[in-house]
Amino acid sequence: MKVARKQRLILIALMVVGTGIATAFALKSFNENLMYFFSTTDVVAGKAPKDALFRLGGMVVKGTVIRPDKGMMVRFTLTDFSKEVTVEYTGILPDLFREGQGIVAHGKLNTQGVFIAQEVLAKHDENYMPPEVKASLKKKATTEGKL
Amino acid sequence: MFLIPDAVVRFYHRMASPPHFYTFTEQCMPWLVGVFVILVSAGLVGGLYLAPADYQQGDSYRIIYIHVPSAWMSLFIYIVMAVAGAIGLVWRIKLAEVVLVSSAPIGAAFTFIALVTGSLWGKPMWGTWWVWDARLTSELVLLFLYLGVMGLYGAMDDKRVASKAVAILALVGVVNIPIIHYSVEWWSSLHQGPTVITKTGKPAMHSSMLIPLLLMALAFKVYYVIALMQRARTELLSRERNSQWVKNKIAMGAKL
Repeated sequence: MKVARKQRLILIALMVVGTGIATAFALKSFNENLMYFFSTTDVVAGKAPKDALFRLGGMVVKGTVIRPDKGMMVRFTLTDFSKEVTVEYTGILPDLFREGQGIVAHGKLNTQGVFIAQEVLAKHDENYMPPEVKASLKKKATTEGKL
Repeated sequence: MFLIPDAVVRFYHRMASPPHFYTFTEQCMPWLVGVFVILVSAGLVGGLYLAPADYQQGDSYRIIYIHVPSAWMSLFIYIVMAVAGAIGLVWRIKLAEVVLVSSAPIGAAFTFIALVTGSLWGKPMWGTWWVWDARLTSELVLLFLYLGVMGLYGAMDDKRVASKAVAILALVGVVNIPIIHYSVEWWSSLHQGPTVITKTGKPAMHSSMLIPLLLMALAFKVYYVIALMQRARTELLSRERNSQWVKNKIAMGAKL
């Protein structure tokens, strides 16, 4: 390789590596802001903002979705399999909202530590399968459970 | 370059010559179009008709057959652009510059399709058209990078100088590619994690749904090659309009 070409190649490599390092530092320092939501553990640990709106993500605990006064208000518990937070929401839930699914709620904590959501979004997981496969997986899980 | 076989080096050098590239791509075109038609029909029939409905989303998930291949292409084309940019800067090969500038509109189109199809799916499934999470935002930045490359190239009259400028822009922007890819793992996001290339190494998708998806991804790749060749050919003709080989082509009554 000719010297001039080699120098240009090195220069380009340095430029790409340099941008990469600079971006890595920038992203590292903005890490918290890039998080789309807080986990339930963050909220219980008091890391989430007290008086401001924020997003809370977690799994809807099975059997906790209730409508206390038979109206539009729905109450459920979110978990990250370590700590739990109770959420209240009045409005229409997205198609994918169901027990055992991940959701992201936008709102704030009240004085009792209940999260009052203004918006609830369903978070889809990465699994895709036909209904029959899901049914047989469930069957397999229950028979294994019995053994 | 002792590691690369002679035949490959020779092919590479020949392809770098504009007249040879022009003739070669003309000969390839019918074959590529044939392969594309076969792949895209197999992928669409497999994805929209043969593949079963999803256990959670029903038929709505089928937008994946456009959304995911487009999103993959948006990343892939950017990498091609950056590599072509580096080759153009180091070896001053005209054809590499042409590949770079011809790729940008195709990449921008795929990025746009990925964003729009994602948004259409997001409204019923997530409950919102758009959120500013890491994945969606970084993909939007990618669209602006493509548009930036196109705008910068169009703004300069001297196309050799313009090519150098856009090559540097493409190379700086390449830092966004790993950010898009890993955004769903590094940060909490509304967008789901990877389905096909998971941490466990096994796709989180049933094979009856996965095979059409991979066929569509291949079809989109071939489509990119076709579109790139067409754009590169016109770009070459306009750049080399004063050279002898273009004049000969016209004199011979070659199809333009």
